[in-house]
Amino acid sequence: MSKLNRFWASRWGIVFAGAVIGILASLLVVWGNPKNMGICVACFERDIAGALGLHRAAIVQYLRPEITGFVLGSTIAALISQEFKARAGSAPIGRFLLGAFAMIGALVFLGCPWRALLRLAGGDLNAVLGLAGLATGVAIGVSFIKRGYNLGRSHRAPAVVAWMMPSLMIGLLLLAIFTPRFLRDADGNPTGPIFSSTQGPGSMHALLVVSLLVGLVVGFLAQRTRFCTMGSIRDVLLMGDTHLISGVIALLVTAFLTNLVLTLAVPDLSLIKVGFADQPVAHDNHLWNFLGMVLAGLAFALAGGCPGRQLFLSGEGDGDAAVFVLGMITGAAFSHNFGLASSPAGPGPYGPIAVIIGLIVCGVMGFLAREKV
Amino acid sequence: MAVQIDARGLSCPKPVMLAREALKGGEFPIEVLVETGTSRDNVRRAAQSVGCTVTVEKVGDELRLIITK
Repeated sequence: MSKLNRFWASRWGIVFAGAVIGILASLLVVWGNPKNMGICVACFERDIAGALGLHRAAIVQYLRPEITGFVLGSTIAALISQEFKARAGSAPIGRFLLGAFAMIGALVFLGCPWRALLRLAGGDLNAVLGLAGLATGVAIGVSFIKRGYNLGRSHRAPAVVAWMMPSLMIGLLLLAIFTPRFLRDADGNPTGPIFSSTQGPGSMHALLVVSLLVGLVVGFLAQRTRFCTMGSIRDVLLMGDTHLISGVIALLVTAFLTNLVLTLAVPDLSLIKVGFADQPVAHDNHLWNFLGMVLAGLAFALAGGCPGRQLFLSGEGDGDAAVFVLGMITGAAFSHNFGLASSPAGPGPYGPIAVIIGLIVCGVMGFLAREKV
Repeated sequence: MAVQIDARGLSCPKPVMLAREALKGGEFPIEVLVETGTSRDNVRRAAQSVGCTVTVEKVGDELRLIITK
């Protein structure tokens, strides 16, 4: 094993990756992303669903280049390390559903596990409920895994399968660069096919090239170190293994310190506000912040990775992880079209019932999916 | 080979769980077949954490780990 590969696989490697991600996430807010949302895989995939017109929530539509960067950064790392390999066929429809319900749960809380950490690093104490929910959901998943839960083996696939997700991401990047708007509504105003928010979180973003570069760096580091927020909790609960969680803690600490330094050093910039009320892109309904993330955590645990990890896996050729990602984007569309997603005012009208349905669906899968290996 | 584990194509954390089961069984050497770098790293870390020696060889597109005490 080369010296560099040994570093990436070591505890210092994962801590380094987490620390860099934390710093970059905080800086992305300075560079234009919404507060406490330097990086949020769930929010960004939701914005992509909006930009593609899969939902029409006008304030959350933007083709976030960070997501493209995550996948392509992982592809580059995997190609260099000879880990780029087409594989697929482990219960794709199951993974699609897990992705959809993971997103529904995450959008009731308003963030993926990464954003839960970043919200906490910005003083948003609602994130404590979200993280507690995440840990609870993962714990439920671990109990299924201990009883023998698994979705069956994936198999080698033709190489072209590995290239589908990276290609899709290049397509999204081109759409982001050119933002075609050649369709017209009845009054002749330009509309679609790509939608862009003019106000709200979707209108707040760093320069495209900055977002893309940060995404590439994060994707590269995360592929090499196998960074995973869900896995970090699962490994502690299942095996007492603290390897991954040391990276997650590094992310939280460096994001907080970067927020603190920038808040103190830059006049008119406030990246830390401690409390529950009036937090950026958040609500303070404790019950549904908690239960939304229970659902998300359970779905991530059953699928074997947090939403970031699924992007990195899809970038190295894992077709099943790619299906999970597409499930998440679809789930985001349903979340907004069906009134499931929360807003700063609180949970959407049908968010709670969707979370309960999701818990039942994931619970049934957890009980019944027990392929003998 | 005393114990053989085929962990090819299994998603996390199954490969490392199978390896840990075998490590607890106490029969060595243990051969683990995996496909991904992630599974290789996880199984290796689990084995090394209990003081075992791990050698990795590439067999075609797959990775064969031999765990010895």
